[in-house]
Amino acid sequence: MSVRTRWAIAAATGLIVALLLPRLGVPTFYISLLTQTWIFAIVAMSLDLLVGFTGLVNFSQAALFGVGAYTVAIGATRFHITGFAEVIVLGIVAAVLTAALFGLVALRSEGVGFIIMTIALNEIVWGLAYQWVSVSGGDNGITGIVRPHVGPFDVSANTGYYYVCLAFFVLALALLLIVVRSPFGLVLKGVRETPRRMLALGYNVWLYRYLALMLSAGFAGMAGVLFAWYNQFVGPVTLSLDQTTQILIMVILGGIGTLYGQLFGAFVVVFLSNELSAVTQRWEMILGLVYFAVVMYAPGGLVALVPRLWARLRGRRAALATEEP
Amino acid sequence: MRTSTTAKTAALAVALATLALVTPAPSRSADPGPIKVALLAPTSGSAAAAGHDMVAGWELFWKEHGGKAGGRTIQTTVYDTASNAAHALDQARHAVEQDGAQVVVGPYLANEGLAVAPYTVAHRIPLFLPTVSADDLSQRQASAFIIKVAGWSSSLPTHVAGVWAYEQGYRKVATLANSYAFGYENAGGFAQTFSEKGGKIIDQVWAPLGTADYSPYISKIQADKPDALFVEMVGADAVHFLQQWSSLGLKSKIPLIANETTTDQSNIRSIAPEIVEGITSFGHFAEGRDAAPTRAFIDKYGKAEGVLPSYMATSFYTAAQWIGQAIDKIHGNTGDAGMFLGAVRQIKLAESAFGPMVLDQYGAPVENVYVRKVVATSGDAAKYAKTWNVVIKTYPHVSQFWTYKVADYLKQPVYSPSFQGYTK
Repeated sequence: MSVRTRWAIAAATGLIVALLLPRLGVPTFYISLLTQTWIFAIVAMSLDLLVGFTGLVNFSQAALFGVGAYTVAIGATRFHITGFAEVIVLGIVAAVLTAALFGLVALRSEGVGFIIMTIALNEIVWGLAYQWVSVSGGDNGITGIVRPHVGPFDVSANTGYYYVCLAFFVLALALLLIVVRSPFGLVLKGVRETPRRMLALGYNVWLYRYLALMLSAGFAGMAGVLFAWYNQFVGPVTLSLDQTTQILIMVILGGIGTLYGQLFGAFVVVFLSNELSAVTQRWEMILGLVYFAVVMYAPGGLVALVPRLWARLRGRRAALATEEP
Repeated sequence: MRTSTTAKTAALAVALATLALVTPAPSRSADPGPIKVALLAPTSGSAAAAGHDMVAGWELFWKEHGGKAGGRTIQTTVYDTASNAAHALDQARHAVEQDGAQVVVGPYLANEGLAVAPYTVAHRIPLFLPTVSADDLSQRQASAFIIKVAGWSSSLPTHVAGVWAYEQGYRKVATLANSYAFGYENAGGFAQTFSEKGGKIIDQVWAPLGTADYSPYISKIQADKPDALFVEMVGADAVHFLQQWSSLGLKSKIPLIANETTTDQSNIRSIAPEIVEGITSFGHFAEGRDAAPTRAFIDKYGKAEGVLPSYMATSFYTAAQWIGQAIDKIHGNTGDAGMFLGAVRQIKLAESAFGPMVLDQYGAPVENVYVRKVVATSGDAAKYAKTWNVVIKTYPHVSQFWTYKVADYLKQPVYSPSFQGYTK
C-alpha cells in the first residue's frame, strides 16, 4: 500500500467518523465542542500557512479572525445583512482588506520586528473593538446574532451547524493543501528557508509574503464568520492577543507546517480547556504544563509524536530481535 | 490499483455519510434527583477576588440550611469563567448541555452576563443575576428567563446620586469612569439626573479598565476645577485611584461622589483608613447599615471568612435565600420553569442584609439606595475591618427607572459614551 493510499484511507475514515458522530448518540455538548474544533482548526491552519510555510510568525491572526466575526455581528445588527453566502463573502473580504493594510505596515520588517508590528496591529484592532462603542458595542460585545439558513437547510440547531463547519473545514484543508503543493506554495517555502536566495533568483519576496498574508486572512476571516454564528455573540475577547496566542498554541501543538496537524492542536486546546476547567480551578496551570510538555518532548507537534513512538517501538522490537541468539 | 482503492474508499464514505444523515439520533431521557445549580463565577483572572466572594456568600447560606430547599438537595457546581465572556459562554454550555444544570446563577462581569444570557434564554434555563448589573438585561433585553435576584442595575444608585449632588449645592461636576459598559451606565445615571436638575457636567473622563497610573486623569480633573467629582471604579482600579487621589492631595480639595464599587468593602479593606475615611458613595448595600438583618449577616460572614462581606458576597447569600424561599413555595418542583420563575418573582423580602426588596416586572429589584460614608468600624465589626460604609441617608423603594415613566425611559438608548442622558 503506497503512502498516498494510506493517507486517503485515513482521511476517508476520519471523515466518515466525523459525519457519523452526531448520529451515534454523542451528547450535543460534545458535538458543540467539535464544531468549535472545526472552526479553530481552520484559523489554526490559516496561521500555519504563515508560520509553517512562509516563515512569518503573525501575532495579528486573532484580529483577522475577529474582523470576520465582527462583520457578521455588525452586518446583522446594523445593516440587516444576514444571508449565508453574502456574509461569508463579506467576512472574507473584510479580513483580506484588513490584512492588505496590515501587510503594508508589518512587512516592512522581518523576524522579531514583524512579530512586534503584528502585536501592535492586533492591539489596535482590539482597542477599536473595545472602545468604539457605537459600532462594536465595546466591552459588552454584540449579541442577538442568528444562524442563517444554508440554502433550504435550517442549521440553527447544533447538529446542523456541526455539518456546516465540518464542510468548511474540509474545504479549507483541501484548498490549503492545493496551495502549499502548487508552484506558489513552493516559492513560499523558498521564502521561508532562504529569502535572500529567492531574491537573487528574481522572486519578489515581499510580494509573496504579502499575498500569503492576504490568503491566510481569507481563511481566518471565514473561520471568524463561522465562530460568530457558533457563539451567537462577539466581544473584544474574540480578537484579543490571548486569542492569537491560543491559535498559535494550536499550531505548535498540532505540528508546524503540517496543516492537518492543526486539527489535533485545535481539538486538544478546545477539549482540554473545557473539560479541565470543569474539574479543577487550576486548569490554566495544567494547560500550561501540557503545552510545556508537548514543546519539550514532541517539538514536531502531536502529529510527529505518533510516528516517533511507533519508530521507537519498532526499534526496540528490532533490537530485541537482534539480541536473540 | 491505487486509484481504484481511493475511489472505493470515497464511494464507501459517501454511502455511509448518506446513511448518517437519514438515521435519527437516539433521544435521551431526563432523570430526577437533586436540583442542579450552575454557579458561574470568575475564580481566576482579573475578577478572581469577586468570584471568591460570590462562592463564599452562596455556600454560606446553603451550609446554614443543610443544602436543601423544598425537600430537595441543592447541588451546586462552580464553573470558572476566567473573567472572560467567551469562556463564560463555554462554561454555560458545559453546565446546561453536559451536566444538566437546571438553574444558572452568576456570572459576575456585565460582558459575561450579556454573553451567557441569550444562550440560557434560548435553552429556557432560568438565569439569576445577583451581581451582573448591565442595565439592558432588565430593560431593553429583559426576558422572562432572566431575573436580577437580589441584584441591581448599574444606574439605579447613581440616578439618586445625581439628585443628591444637586441638593448639596454642587453645580459643576466632572465624571471619571472606566471605559466599559459598567462605567458608562454608572456615569450616565448620574449625569442624566444631575443635569436635569440644572447642574452642569463639565467634563467626562474615561480611563481603560486596568489602569495602574491614574495621575494623568487626575491632572485633567484638577484642571477642570469641578465642584465635585463623580467616580466609578472597580477592584484594583479603585485601590489605585483612591491611593493616588489622596497622595496627590486632592482628597481634601475636591469632594468625591463615588459609585457603589469604588468604596466596596473588598477594596477599602486593603487601603489605609486615612485614604478612604469620609468618602461619600451610593449603593444598594451598606455593610455598616444599622439594621438587625445586616448586622446578623456581617457577623456570620465575619466568623466564617474573617472579613466583612463585599456586596458580591452579600448578593449571593441573599440570592440563595431568595431562590430557596421560592423552591420551598413550589415544593421543589423546579421542573416547570414557568412556575419556578413565577415563584421567584413573587417573593418579597420584607427585610434582608440589603433591606427590603421586591422585583419589578422587568426582573430587577426595587430596593433601598443608601448614601454611604466610609468611617472607622465600631463594635464587633472592628474585629474584621478598619473601615466600613455606614448609612447617612436612605432612599427607600428605588426603581431602576428612578422617577421616569417606564415607556419614556426605555425609548432612550442605554448609556454609552455618546449618550449620557444630557445634551452636551
